[in-house]
This record gives sequence, C-alpha cells and structure tokens, in this order.
Amino acid sequence: MTKGWTLYDPRLAWMLVAPVLLLLVVFLLLPIAMMAVYTFFTFVTAGVEESTLTLANWREFLTDSYYHGFLLKTLRVGAMTAVICGVLGYFPAYFIWATSFKHKWMLLLLLIVPFWISFTIRTFSWINILGEQGVINVALLRMGIIDEPLRMLYTEFAVIVGLVHFLLPYMILNVYVSLESIDRTLIAAARSMGCTGAQAFREVTLPLSLPGLAAGLLLCFVLAAGSYVTPQLLGSGRDALFGNLIYDTIMGQLNWPMGATLSIVLFVVLGIFAAIYTRYMGMSQIVKGLGG
Amino acid sequence: MPDTLQSTQTPRPVPAGADLSGNRATQPAVEFRDVEIAYGKFVAVRDFSLAIAKGSFVTLLGPSGCGKTTILRSIAGLVDITKGRISIGGRRVDDVPIYKRNIGLVFQSYALFPHKNVFDNVAFGLKYRNVSKAEIARKVGRALEMVRLPGSEKKLPSQLSGGQQQRIALARAIVFEPEVLLLDEPLSALDANMREEMRVEIKKIQRETGITAIFVTHDQEEALSMSDRIVVMNAGSIEQIGTPEEVYDTPATAFVADFLGKANMLAGKVSASTGTTATISLAAGQSATVVSPRPLAVGDAVTVVVRPQKLSVGKEQTSNHLSGRVLSTSYLGGSVIYEIDIGGGTMVRCHTAINGKPAREGEVIDLGFECDGCVLLDANGRRIS
Ligand SMILES: Nc1ncnc2c1ncn2[C@@H]1O[C@H](COP(=O)(O)OP(=O)(O)OP(=O)(O)O)[C@@H](O)[C@H]1O
Ligand SMILES: [Mg+2]
Repeated sequence: MTKGWTLYDPRLAWMLVAPVLLLLVVFLLLPIAMMAVYTFFTFVTAGVEESTLTLANWREFLTDSYYHGFLLKTLRVGAMTAVICGVLGYFPAYFIWATSFKHKWMLLLLLIVPFWISFTIRTFSWINILGEQGVINVALLRMGIIDEPLRMLYTEFAVIVGLVHFLLPYMILNVYVSLESIDRTLIAAARSMGCTGAQAFREVTLPLSLPGLAAGLLLCFVLAAGSYVTPQLLGSGRDALFGNLIYDTIMGQLNWPMGATLSIVLFVVLGIFAAIYTRYMGMSQIVKGLGG
Repeated sequence: MPDTLQSTQTPRPVPAGADLSGNRATQPAVEFRDVEIAYGKFVAVRDFSLAIAKGSFVTLLGPSGCGKTTILRSIAGLVDITKGRISIGGRRVDDVPIYKRNIGLVFQSYALFPHKNVFDNVAFGLKYRNVSKAEIARKVGRALEMVRLPGSEKKLPSQLSGGQQQRIALARAIVFEPEVLLLDEPLSALDANMREEMRVEIKKIQRETGITAIFVTHDQEEALSMSDRIVVMNAGSIEQIGTPEEVYDTPATAFVADFLGKANMLAGKVSASTGTTATISLAAGQSATVVSPRPLAVGDAVTVVVRPQKLSVGKEQTSNHLSGRVLSTSYLGGSVIYEIDIGGGTMVRCHTAINGKPAREGEVIDLGFECDGCVLLDANGRRIS
C-alpha cells in the first residue's frame, strides 16, 4: 500500500467516521446488547437477579394486558402529538418561507430561542399556567366564568400540551427546510398555466413539502412516544407513558430484567414504526424525485 | 367579475369603443408602450416600447442583467410594471392576474414538476381550462409527438435527460395553445450539440403552430439563427430592433456592433467628405475612404465599424488598406482568426478563409476592406444615417 492519499480516499472516509462509529458502538450498541441479554435474566427479588436464562420476562410482557394498554396509549399519545405538531407547525413554517421580510434569519432564530432554557424548566412552566392556582384558572375565576378551578394539570391534555410545546420547533424546522428546497419557478410555472395562488399551493408547494412534513411527523412521534420527563411532570399516574413504566420498573420495583424487557420493547416498536414509515411513506422516493 | 377578467382562452369579441387601434388581425400580439419596471428603487427596464407581430419569433438579446427576464416576467404577470402599459392581443393586461393571461412559459431550469409524471406535467395547463379528459389525453399525445417524445407519459422528469426535459417543458407550454410563448434562455443548460438540435426544433414547432414566440438569450448565434426580429437590449433599454441582417450589418450603436460579433471599432477623424463618401484619418495612423450616407463635417470624430469577416488579408484590390503585426492566430480548420495590432494602440480581429499558409504570430500582414463594407458611428456611438 504505497499509494498516495486522494481526496476521496475510502481510507480517509473510514478514519473520519471512526470516532463516531466508536462512540456509537461503545455507548449505544453495547448497552443495548447488554439490555437485550438482561431481558433473559431471572428476577429474584427487588434489586436481585440471577444470570439463569429464562423467558419469564418476555412471557409476562406478552401475556399481561397491563403492558399492552400502556404501549397502545403511548403510541396513541405519540401519534396525537405528532399530528397536532404537524397541523400547528406547517403554518409558521410556511409563513417564514413565504415572507418577504428581510431578516428571515431572525424568525428562524426565534424558533431556537426556547432551547436556551432547560427543557425541564420549560415543562415546569406549564404547572404555573395550567395548575389550580395557574394563570388560566385564576383568570377564569376572577372573571367569574367558572366557580371551581378546572382540572387541566395532571391530565393527558397537559401531557400533550407539554409535548407539543417541546416538539413544535422540530416540526417547523423540518417543514421549513423542505419548503426552502422547492424551486420557486415551479410555482411561477403553475401560476402561468392557470393556477390561482391556492391551487398552486395544492399542486406544487404542499406535495413538495410533504417529505419535510413526513419527517417531522416521524420525529415528533418517536420523541413523544419515547418521552419520560413530560408525562412525569405534567401527567397523573394514569397518564404515564411507556417511558415512565420503564422508570418505575427499574427504579421503583428494582426489577431490572423486566425493565430491560420493556426498554427493548419500546426500542423495537419505535424502530419498526420508523422503518415501515420511511419505507412506505416513500420518503426516499420523493427525495430522489426532487434530486432530478 | 369585471368583464376584462373573463377567460382568456378564446378571443372575446371586443366591446365597441375599446378597440381604437384597428382590427384584431393587424393588432400586435404583444405591445409594450413606454414601460418601466423597477425593483424597489432599482429601475431594471426603462422606456421600453415594442410591438410584436402575431406569429412572429422575436428574440430579446443582451448581456446578463440587462432586463431580458424582467421583460418576459412582465408579460406573464410575474412582475408588476411601474409605468406604461402592456397589451396582449390588443387587450391591456395590467390588471389581469397571471393565471388568466394565457401565456406559455419555458424556463431555463425547465421547471418541470418533479412529483408529477410527464403526462400530468404536460396536461397541467389543460386541467385548469375545463378541457374534457379525452380531449386532454388527445392533446397531450399530440404535443408529445410534436416534441418527438411520444410514449414517455409515465416517466418522471428525473428519469429524462436535460434535452428531453426541455422538450417536455416546451410541450407543456404549447399544449393549451397560449396566445404567446415565452422562452427564457431555454437552451443555456444544454450542451452544444443538443443546443443546436433544439434550436432547429423550437423554430420548427413555432412555425408549425404559428404561435407568437418571445425568446430570451444572450447568445448571438441563437438570436441570429432563429429570429424574425431581434431586440438588442443593454442596461434596461432597447439599443436596436431589427431583422437579424439589419442588426448585424447595420448596427445602430457601438454597443450592438460590439455585442453582435465583436466588430472592429476604428476611431478616427473626418479629413474630407463628399456627398457619398468620407475620408477618415484613423487613430491607428492609416486613412480610409468609406461610403457615407450623408456629408460629414471635416474634423468630426467618427468610428469606422468593420466586421472581422469583412477584413481580407493580402494586397488585394480592396479600396482601403491597413497593415499590422499579428498578435495571435486561431486556426479553425476552414478559416482563421487573427488578432492584429495596426498601430496607435488599435487591435483588430480578422476572420478570413485560408488561402495558402496562415500567418504566424509576429508576422506583419496587409489587410483591406471595401468602402461599403463598414458602418460609421458618430461621437456618441450612434450610426450615421
Ligand atoms: N427580484 C429582484 N429584485 C431586485 N432586483 C432584481 C430582481 N430580479 C432582477 N433584478 C435586477 O434587475 C436587473 C435585470 O434582471 P434580469 O433578470 O431581467 O436580467 P437578465 O437580462 O435576464 O439577465 P440574465 O441574462 O443573467 O438572465 C438585474 O440587474 C438584476 O440584478
Ligand atoms: Mg434572465
């Protein structure tokens, strides 16, 4: 191997991705593999397990409808959050894209500003808004519209509000990026052939921004379904999601094998969703079409 | 709905009194009157007046940034004009929104819808014109035949080559029989061979359909070979309008002479003048006697414009003689282009057929041109006529 280095040398490529690969293997693949092994360990009592291999954990998960209920609910909350984010997020993204305002970058910066505040603190803020002594209840009570404070905090509603608050910027950015990649002469072309503005939107802008919307939906769904802090802070025990169940199993019951089983379940289910979605929403197809 | 906003597909009978400029048949397809277009404070086009005859092929030719695209966009309604008026088929269109103007547009970047197949792309304009399904299929099929891509209905634009995409874009623009076809540098993204082929094809389709076409380019060869009339533009205004022969042989300004075919500009002063000829003493030191359309005042500064093709090499019986040192020789097979320093800091280009051996760099050669093989410009760079 006396050959000199070239700019697109595969060896160079490997060297450049090596640190990331190493990081992924050590901190992602290995832990997941260890978790997978743990699912076959035997639970003895709180905090104690044996390395005797057993299928008991999997049998318990597959037969106990308690877990299935949590899983379905988690997927439902994730889906609702994603759809709400999609509906609420498309308009600001479209606005930022369409505006002739000179300082667009400022609008985009505004999207990122919330990230400067800790996610937990942002979530806590909803307690002051939705709580019994929160802004909404106090205002409604003062105005005499209600006699008793509404129960908004510690409900599924509060959880979804918190998740939407957390995930909306991701949706907006995803949609914005795909709008930005649309060649504006396409819209001029559609208009010149007889489309009104609204028709041109339906024929050109909307379909061509769907890849971004689809990517945003997937991202929001996966992040919402895998969330743990938001339902912990804003939901009651009944509004817990799968992530809270895992936390409770591991930290509360100290049942590590079962906790590992549930973790792998969530990981696999969300992974399968992402894979099927990417395959059948034809995202890669659409992206390819745009490349031409 | 106001009367003027009604469908533009079929020529509507003109209400009495609205049509003051003669009957429709002789009306220009597109007419600009004193149009000015500004982007904010920047005036991109000014004093633009132009009448384009029905069925003709008109080219807007000019350097980058001179406002060609802006003019096209104003016809389509994609930019608003700030002064003057534009009429299409005798109808003033200032208030007609873009989607009701019935204009076919072909863009430099093709602008095919990437998510629609060829059929849906071509059918697009028909879909918004209340055409029946069967009729759409028939018209699309015919348009695809016209651009020689029949059977490609199911393909996506990304599965076509650049030239094929441009053909589809053309089919899409003509399928709904627009009043005017606008083409914005449609060939500049193609390679040289493809470009020539498409040139012929576009011209053929334009003739067959009899559509009025406005073609934008900064390529003089395209302009000269395709157009019925050429509009030479510079910095937002018109320099000259004429047939290809007119603008090439008798450039109205120094800009046109230089932009079309890089003519030689020989500066000089009138030393003698009769009614039909003028003798010019050139800054390069020589003197030349040329045909002059009118008597000139002795001492006036003029420029003699000579095409590189009108300069001949050798001591022939031409009426004017120059000589100079060859700076460079470009051998083109059948012909050769010399760059020659004729003194006084003047460099001329000579494009001539080869007889014998081409001259080498550094060699001193004789040049000549006929007294009627040139055009005279005055001190302001305008043709003396
Ligand atoms: N949207 C715009 N806003 C501001 N200025 C513009 C805009 N579009 C064009 N211009 C300016 O108007 C002038 C004419 O532009 P135009 O696109 O008509 O040029 P062109 O002749 O088509 O050039 P090219 O051959 O490069 O396409 C240019 O100086 C350009 O900078
Ligand atoms: Mg242009």
